[in-house]
Amino acid sequence: MLSVEQLGCSRGGRQVLRHLTFDLCAGEVIAVLGTNGAGKSTLLAALCGALAVDAGRVQLAGRNLDEWTAGERARRLAVLPQQSELVFPFRVEEVVALGRMPHATGLQQDRAICADAMAAADVTHLSQRSYLTLSGGERQRVHLARVLAQVWEVGEGGCLLLDEPTASLDLAHQRLIMQQARAMASRGLSVLVVLHDLNLAAAFADRVLLLHEGRLDALGTPWQVLQADHIERVFGVAVQVQRHPQHDCPLVIL
Amino acid sequence: MVLQPRYKRLVMMGLLAFLLVACLLSLALGPVSIAPSDTLRALFWRFAGTAVPADQQLIIEQIRLPRMLMGVVAGATLALTGAAMQGLFRNPLADPGLIGISSGAALGAALVIVLGSLLVGPLGADWQPYLTVPGAFVGGLACTALVYRLGQSVQGTSVASMLLAGIAITAISGALVGLLSYLADDGMLRTLTFWNMGSLAAADYPRVGLLLLCCLPIWWRLPRLAPALNALLLGESEARHLGVEVERVKRELVLLTALGVGACVAACGLIGFVGLVVPHLVRLVLGPDHRWLLPASMLLGSALLLLSDVTARLLLAPAELPLGIITALLGAPFFLSLLMRVRRQGGF
Repeated sequence: MLSVEQLGCSRGGRQVLRHLTFDLCAGEVIAVLGTNGAGKSTLLAALCGALAVDAGRVQLAGRNLDEWTAGERARRLAVLPQQSELVFPFRVEEVVALGRMPHATGLQQDRAICADAMAAADVTHLSQRSYLTLSGGERQRVHLARVLAQVWEVGEGGCLLLDEPTASLDLAHQRLIMQQARAMASRGLSVLVVLHDLNLAAAFADRVLLLHEGRLDALGTPWQVLQADHIERVFGVAVQVQRHPQHDCPLVIL
Repeated sequence: MVLQPRYKRLVMMGLLAFLLVACLLSLALGPVSIAPSDTLRALFWRFAGTAVPADQQLIIEQIRLPRMLMGVVAGATLALTGAAMQGLFRNPLADPGLIGISSGAALGAALVIVLGSLLVGPLGADWQPYLTVPGAFVGGLACTALVYRLGQSVQGTSVASMLLAGIAITAISGALVGLLSYLADDGMLRTLTFWNMGSLAAADYPRVGLLLLCCLPIWWRLPRLAPALNALLLGESEARHLGVEVERVKRELVLLTALGVGACVAACGLIGFVGLVVPHLVRLVLGPDHRWLLPASMLLGSALLLLSDVTARLLLAPAELPLGIITALLGAPFFLSLLMRVRRQGGF
């Protein structure tokens, strides 16, 4: 699990995050919502140690992030970035296999885990293709398979951070990715997902964290957070919130 | 085309065979051609029983063998460090020659030779190779650090600033080496010209030994960084998330490259484009996985450098072209075509 206490962060001299406190528990999915520039990506960078914190602290399994060695941390915490810089023609299965790099579990087990992870992200049929020939959404799913492979068998104590994993995906794959995030959580992982789609968050997250101008505006169940007045205050858009006709979750209508 | 691992092993065997053939050609061909069977007998005369004529024995043992060894060591090191730089910069166009590391190393070596002898008095020719290596190393190191600093931006490495930095460093080094040539005497002048062209002609056993001594740690260490280099291709923060200690690996790559390029420049001058062309050819067949790319680049780099050297010896025989001219003539058009293809694909 991750615990965040009085976290403050700045980027380029500008204070982006202030006084953020919350726990990301084992087995739960938290969706982070907020406007552009609210500090969502900065929060993710601080949670995975890519960005030094100015104030407060971030603890992974009870230890400050910077007290972990790079290798130890990589065996517990995987991060899916919004974009990747990869411009070399790796095969898809080679990219996914990079996720097993921090582990020394042997070739056989690594192969089995990569195969499972590729199936989970629906990229098995692409496994022999060159990464460079893939579309944006396919690339995103390949990287998802890579980070899934990284924490596939970690279970409780592991952590998965996803930065807008659904951004370039079609409807079916958006749902698939969120289902996989849920499946990882049901195996004990703590999952944090940055999202833009309020209804995806409502349908799949245990808790929703609403960021507003670098502060925690609201944190709670989708029913508690996704209320019309909250959304209007943060996003500046008047919406209606109803009960989803089939599931017990809120449905936000523009 | 992407090959399965079992074919990759075959490709490696093929490259090894290619290198052995290139070695044999490099020993047998020249102004005096020696039959391959005689070449082998001259090499292994202790076991062959029959000796070859003394003049042929001398040519092979004292001239061509050290030259061949120097070509093998320099070719492997240049191609290996080229592949490592391309991994570090996440860019297939980063070659130690193009981004100014080699000319920085040449400047470092020239400074040591000319200023050293002006300050301390003329240096014995015996000492020269031992002094140029540290000079070339420091020059190469400074340039690598500078190019890396300039090339980094928020969006990762910028090729444009990297190549521009290379142009600037090459220009400055050229000007300073030109300036030094006014201070230099005849002997030094010959050495300076030699660096700008690149050649294996000065090969003798002490130089080869020194070069090998500098290159062995690089050959040992760089291939062990292959997994980290693979992760770095995803981007620095992704590599960090995969458990790579990025800062340490980067420092190590830069130091090893500066040492390797510095030692090669000190031993045989500026030999361009090997570090660019060879890893690229290997990637076409074996893919970008550094666990295969690095050793395969070493084999192909040695073989191609030897063949270029044979060409340099034969084209105007008995006169000899500088090797750097041959590699530039072959490599520069290759670089242009690569650049054009990258532009068409909308990269960078």
